[in-house]
Amino acid sequence: MIAIVDYGVGNLRSVENAFTHIGESVCTTSDPEILLQADGVVLPGVGAFGDAMQQLKIRNLIHPIKQYAKDGRPLLGICLGMQMLFEMSEEHGEHVGLGLLSGHVTKMQGHYKIPHVGWNQLQMKQEHAVGKGVSTGDYVYFVHSYYVVPSNPQVVLASTDYHQAIPAIVVQNRIFGMQFHPERSSTTGLQLLKNFAQYSATLDRR
Amino acid sequence: MLSKRIIPCFDVANGRVVKHESFFANPRDAGDPVVLAALYDAQGADELVLLDITATHEQRGILLDIIRQTSAQVFIPFTVGGGIKHLDEVREVLLAGADKVSLNSAAVRDPSLITEVARRFGSQCAVVAIDAKWSDELHDYEVVISGGRIHTGKSVVKWAKEAEQQGAGEILLTSFDQDGQRNGYDLHLTKQVATSVSIPVIASGGAGAKEHFYDVLTQGEADAALAASVFHFKETSIGEVKRELQRKGVNVREPLIP
Repeated sequence: MIAIVDYGVGNLRSVENAFTHIGESVCTTSDPEILLQADGVVLPGVGAFGDAMQQLKIRNLIHPIKQYAKDGRPLLGICLGMQMLFEMSEEHGEHVGLGLLSGHVTKMQGHYKIPHVGWNQLQMKQEHAVGKGVSTGDYVYFVHSYYVVPSNPQVVLASTDYHQAIPAIVVQNRIFGMQFHPERSSTTGLQLLKNFAQYSATLDRR
Repeated sequence: MLSKRIIPCFDVANGRVVKHESFFANPRDAGDPVVLAALYDAQGADELVLLDITATHEQRGILLDIIRQTSAQVFIPFTVGGGIKHLDEVREVLLAGADKVSLNSAAVRDPSLITEVARRFGSQCAVVAIDAKWSDELHDYEVVISGGRIHTGKSVVKWAKEAEQQGAGEILLTSFDQDGQRNGYDLHLTKQVATSVSIPVIASGGAGAKEHFYDVLTQGEADAALAASVFHFKETSIGEVKRELQRKGVNVREPLIP
């Protein structure tokens, strides 16, 4: 089973619907016990970084999520959820993140349209079970004004080009992040969620 | 590369899709919104917009039900608008499964609604819909509200900039002069707005043929083009529009059905 972390922000229904649609059992919960039992945990997120971290904190979810990831269990952060995996964000002041991946989150700057909204193409940088069936050139749906700058560029599984190379999928051990919205990225997005669920289900719990 | 988006829109009344040739005259039924949404998704629509044109309190339940069903079957972004006035209505619509809300008259009457929505739910879900009409008196495009019945005296470009400052994530710009005419988008209006704000602009009103999409996405500098009746009544298809754009060198996400 996949557990989606409910921490009171945004629309979790579409993430849940997407897993249901591809035949995966899924639940949306803020109960740490249930999260720790799941094959894989999804940390969704929209809105502002500082607020989202605050909401996780209020619900006592920071420690369980960190523990889950440190135990080597599969964790997927989506959009803001991916950004929260990193150490720090510059969104409206400096905010501390979960620090599971090293690097920070910074704002796009330039004479172009911000936020980066719409369908953009993935450039696959590495082979991974979670990227199975997805190729360079496939489109996924982005909407964000901030992006991650990982300390270690090796964590980038896929990037996209929006006036610069932007990390689109990151992976380190069993921690994954997707900057775009797989639940809103049609067949490519559903394939990626399916891959994550299958990858999670085949791992030993230890 | 970021692609240009093609966005079919449905007007919904009493739980059914309608599109009128001129505003609120002669509604022609184009069917079940959930079925249509799934069909457009399969045809390669990049996004969907659903406008509730009756938007009465009694019908809110029907609308939320449509949103729930659409969200369970369609995995592309999806915006809901029509008569949204309060933060709790925004919340209801988002919780039912919509990704974005489009704010129109209520945002003109109280621009802080945009800020509130952006702060609570993020700018990405705050689409500000602007209905524009040329005014000889003002020598400018004027913002009209309440389905075009009320002239606000506001300049469209100024309002678009203000909406951006208030936290809008996108502008959905409809030409009331062109809407229902099917002889092309208002390129001048679209370009004016698209070049004065740094957030994406979705052009709407006037699509009648596949060439019109090319014009508004290039000359009009729109980031996305929205259309309703031209797709509903199969005068062209999303696939046809995208192939035409691709042939002329505009970057689009490939249509799924040839």
